[in-house]
Amino acid sequence: MKYIDEFNDPALARRLLDEIRATATRPWALMEVCGGQTHSIVRHGIDRLLPDEVELIHGPGCPVCVTPLEVIDKALEIAARPGVIFCSFGDMLRVPGTDRDLFRVKGGGGDVRVVYSPLDALELARRNPDREVVFFAIGFETTAPANAMAVHQARRLGLTNFSLLVSHVRVPPAVEAIMTAPTCRVQGFLAAGHVCSVMGTAEYPALAERYGVPIVVTGFEPLDILEGIRRAVRQLERGEHRVENAYARAVRDEGNPAAVRMIEEVFEVTDRNWRGIGRIPGSGWRLTDAFRAFDAEHRFDVTGIRTEEPAECRSGEVLQGLIKPTECGAFGTTCTPRTPLGATMVSSEGACAAYYLYRRMNDGPTPQAAPVAREEMNPVA
Amino acid sequence: MCLAVPGKVVAIDDSADPLTGLIDFGGVQKQACLEYVPDVRVGEYVIVHVGFALQRLDEESALASLKLFEELGLLEEEFGDAWEQAAKEAGTP
Ligand code: SF4
Repeated sequence: MKYIDEFNDPALARRLLDEIRATATRPWALMEVCGGQTHSIVRHGIDRLLPDEVELIHGPGCPVCVTPLEVIDKALEIAARPGVIFCSFGDMLRVPGTDRDLFRVKGGGGDVRVVYSPLDALELARRNPDREVVFFAIGFETTAPANAMAVHQARRLGLTNFSLLVSHVRVPPAVEAIMTAPTCRVQGFLAAGHVCSVMGTAEYPALAERYGVPIVVTGFEPLDILEGIRRAVRQLERGEHRVENAYARAVRDEGNPAAVRMIEEVFEVTDRNWRGIGRIPGSGWRLTDAFRAFDAEHRFDVTGIRTEEPAECRSGEVLQGLIKPTECGAFGTTCTPRTPLGATMVSSEGACAAYYLYRRMNDGPTPQAAPVAREEMNPVA
Repeated sequence: MCLAVPGKVVAIDDSADPLTGLIDFGGVQKQACLEYVPDVRVGEYVIVHVGFALQRLDEESALASLKLFEELGLLEEEFGDAWEQAAKEAGTP
């Protein structure tokens, strides 16, 4: 397909790799923020093709993985109620809550439906006026314009049976949290391309300056990722730390102003817990007062939530780039995409699942279960 | 989750509210909301995420990137690294 095949060209990839090899003279650790990039890197084996000098650390940019356990448990409670149609992106169905997942709730008679777009959930609300339709609004800045439009439309149409369970997260505060962690080894960032398609690049120069790190806006195809790495390494070798846009075909500096306006009308910044990481100030969005009536947490009284993470799951360390998935004792044994212990094993963008699908365990043969698991994962879009 | 896929706008329904278009993804066609790219035209490419076109795809930048990749290494073989050249001229090692 146009602009996918071209950016997968192996001959050009080799050129980029040669260039990176020629540029890197010292060890550098780069973090790719976005789970979509992690998926692409592991799938194409990019991290293995890079020279030894360049290490990729996988970041926390998978919204499925960082949605806090207490929100998952709220989702499970709402979804199990009679009269509710609970709509979600497919990735969320197998994310483990404290004692079950949405898939189980569905199996137990809950009306849980996978939708492609939040507008599909809105349509369900229109067609089922006697039911409460709840949409699980997760995602980064990329998804926020879609979710904002859905609730905006709901208000315009006067729908009183539609609400959002919101768990939106924002990238820049996460970058800040990573850089201020005492264990941080990250020297440069590949910023998430589609987040910047919406938000533009204005939030990043201050971060590049404050932490002395190059931040390169990077796309998702193999050549895009290699180009992001090439530019980040070039800056590091030159002692620079600037914001660069290596994904200009989809990112303008100003982002998409219409989308940002809609986000700002519907959402306001709030603190948020990230699963496995903890509270990050200003790292989320919630509905503004004007849209409070569409907030599922207000509409449904979900109290008495008691959350507990399985002790053996080290997804918090994985999400912060402190360990690779294969360093977790449960990886591929008690924890697989079929029986995930942590959210990072669920979404195909979670680092644990990406390693399970594409990476030999401890460089042994690929597990037999991998192709099956891959079909089951049902990634969004 | 944040995956957005490029597709070609093949039809626009001006009467739809919100503004909607038909997008072709290499043979598979799907509706998408065009409210965030209101001046997009049929034949242009957009990147689509969860049923919303988020940005038009700039063909010129796409081609410029590919051309740059083609030329990587070649320029250096011919002219040497421009940065090193500049550093040499400035007298810094
Ligand atoms: S392999 Fe499973 S248990 Fe281990 S960190 Fe990843 S999700 Fe958690």
